[in-house]
Amino acid sequence: MYTLSNRLRLFSIILMVVGLVGLVVGFAQRPGSIQEVKEMMAAHDAHGGGHGESHAEKSDHGKETHGEKAHEEDAHGGDAHYEHVLHQLQNKPWASLYVAAFFFFMIALGVLAFYAIQFASQSGWSPVLFRVMEAITAYLVPGGIVLFVILALSGFHINHLFVWADPKVVEHDALLQGKASWLNGTWFIIRATFFLAGWMLYRHFAVKYSRLQDEDSTGNKWYKKSFKISAAFLVFFIYTESMASWDWIMSFDPHWFSTLFGWYVFASLFVSGITTIALLTIYLKSKGYLEFVNNSHIHDLAKFMFGISVFWTYLWFSQFMLIWYSNIPEEVTYFITRIEDYNLPFFGMLVMNFIFPLLVLMNSDFKRVNWFVVMAGIVILCGHYIDIFNMIMPATVGKSWFIGISEISAVLLFLGLFLFVVFRALTKAPLLAKGNPYIEESKHFHY
Amino acid sequence: MASKVIHALYIDDDILMDAVKKVRTEHYHIEEVYTPFPVHGLDKAMGLPHTRLAITAFLYGCVGLTIATVMMNHIMIEDWPQNIGGKPSFSYLENMPSFVPIMFELTVFFAAHLMVITFYMRSKLWPFKKAENPDVRTTDDYFLMEVDAGSHDVDHLISFLGDTGAVEIKVIDKEEDNH
Repeated sequence: MYTLSNRLRLFSIILMVVGLVGLVVGFAQRPGSIQEVKEMMAAHDAHGGGHGESHAEKSDHGKETHGEKAHEEDAHGGDAHYEHVLHQLQNKPWASLYVAAFFFFMIALGVLAFYAIQFASQSGWSPVLFRVMEAITAYLVPGGIVLFVILALSGFHINHLFVWADPKVVEHDALLQGKASWLNGTWFIIRATFFLAGWMLYRHFAVKYSRLQDEDSTGNKWYKKSFKISAAFLVFFIYTESMASWDWIMSFDPHWFSTLFGWYVFASLFVSGITTIALLTIYLKSKGYLEFVNNSHIHDLAKFMFGISVFWTYLWFSQFMLIWYSNIPEEVTYFITRIEDYNLPFFGMLVMNFIFPLLVLMNSDFKRVNWFVVMAGIVILCGHYIDIFNMIMPATVGKSWFIGISEISAVLLFLGLFLFVVFRALTKAPLLAKGNPYIEESKHFHY
Repeated sequence: MASKVIHALYIDDDILMDAVKKVRTEHYHIEEVYTPFPVHGLDKAMGLPHTRLAITAFLYGCVGLTIATVMMNHIMIEDWPQNIGGKPSFSYLENMPSFVPIMFELTVFFAAHLMVITFYMRSKLWPFKKAENPDVRTTDDYFLMEVDAGSHDVDHLISFLGDTGAVEIKVIDKEEDNH
């Protein structure tokens, strides 16, 4: 049995408190009116202007940027520009909360999908890791509830995250009117309830059957039930995950659509989930709790991290290249805003999610070295946070993005909650699923 | 130079594995083992070094990627930068997404084919090569271990191999070393 150390509990609580305080600060710093935005920008411009003047003496460059700025203000016609910025800045803490909430929820969901696949494929190597996976999926319930609350608030336009939820915007937008039968608050919430309930239901019964199988020494009754519900869940999952990705991410840009988007989000959540399994396994093994896990198990997880990272890149590139190549204006705006306003995060995540794991995890020996897997895992997780950031921020805060107090605090808050829930769930059952028919094979797994 | 080797035949891969381990602990030199199919762990039991084929494949892949990049940069950007359907041909980076499929395929092509050819060359395989099979039964269901008799006491070695489970033991005079 695993016992939760006081240090870990305290650590996660501190993370949550610090995150919460930071978020409150983030919400408090939002400008309340156009006047405040003007003051903020004036202060910023005064600073920038000072820079410009000192440069202007040396070259024409400073003058040019000044000219452009004046021109920009004229084009936007007075307050309309400031109102736009106001909305973006008001969205900022909400969007950072949403990105972090979704990111940690998708880890739990990715692990759940991985867990179901292990059952459906009757894998012989992974049963020793089942309890670790079950513990991570425990976050599905609290994380899902938090996500649901944020979605409900946004779907009914308490905040301005989803433009389609704003009746004033829809009034003037023929495209959004055309999509209103799908994208409306009530139906949005009903769908979210359906998806989350289905996933939580599978999680509940899978864990229950896994515990019951431990006590059943005579037959494989519960194991067979797990197998069946896992196969059914995977069918349910692939439909609902796809639809959830349209609802919860793609609808931030309701004028834009992409057919492989569901797969793309799936690859992202799947690789994050597998990475988290690997990190947690290595941590628990280093503490001496998983004596039956050997480095072949780590090697297999690292192979999955490597393979799914490449799969993610394949989907990212397929989506990007098809749209870049045909360059149809209604589709390509999605990438133009990202390349122009989010250049570093957009291409930086490609380095973190593809090039780094490709080179680090290619060597077979390195996949057995714990610190290599941990290093690659941390970079992959950060990379996929930025991936979600890139999907959501351009549509909600646009050019006003910045990884500051509210973004970091939101991550800390959910990281603390995640660690607390996951490690508490670990204490609920023995770390070896001893009733599983493949457990002996898994203990002696050797690659 | 003629040398003496002993051919010991086995009918089971488990027995063969045990025999290999015993022969190695007695410090006899195993020249070669012939099996009809891959025996998992045999290379480890024989103490053979790891293959470096994967490393060569990685390097060949790098060569393929370089060739693809240099080739398309020369053709599409430097030699004749045409405007084809509005694609930006001002620099390689600007037009890179359309080159990626070719870069990928050539990387895989070079890595795969050159690695296979390396394998053929290192293991001396080619059409019309004379088969080096000491006993035709080893392609079907027998396992053969070739032990260097050298300066050892041949009768002692034969009885030792018999104890390891060999079903048939032959002393062979080799005309020349084929390694």
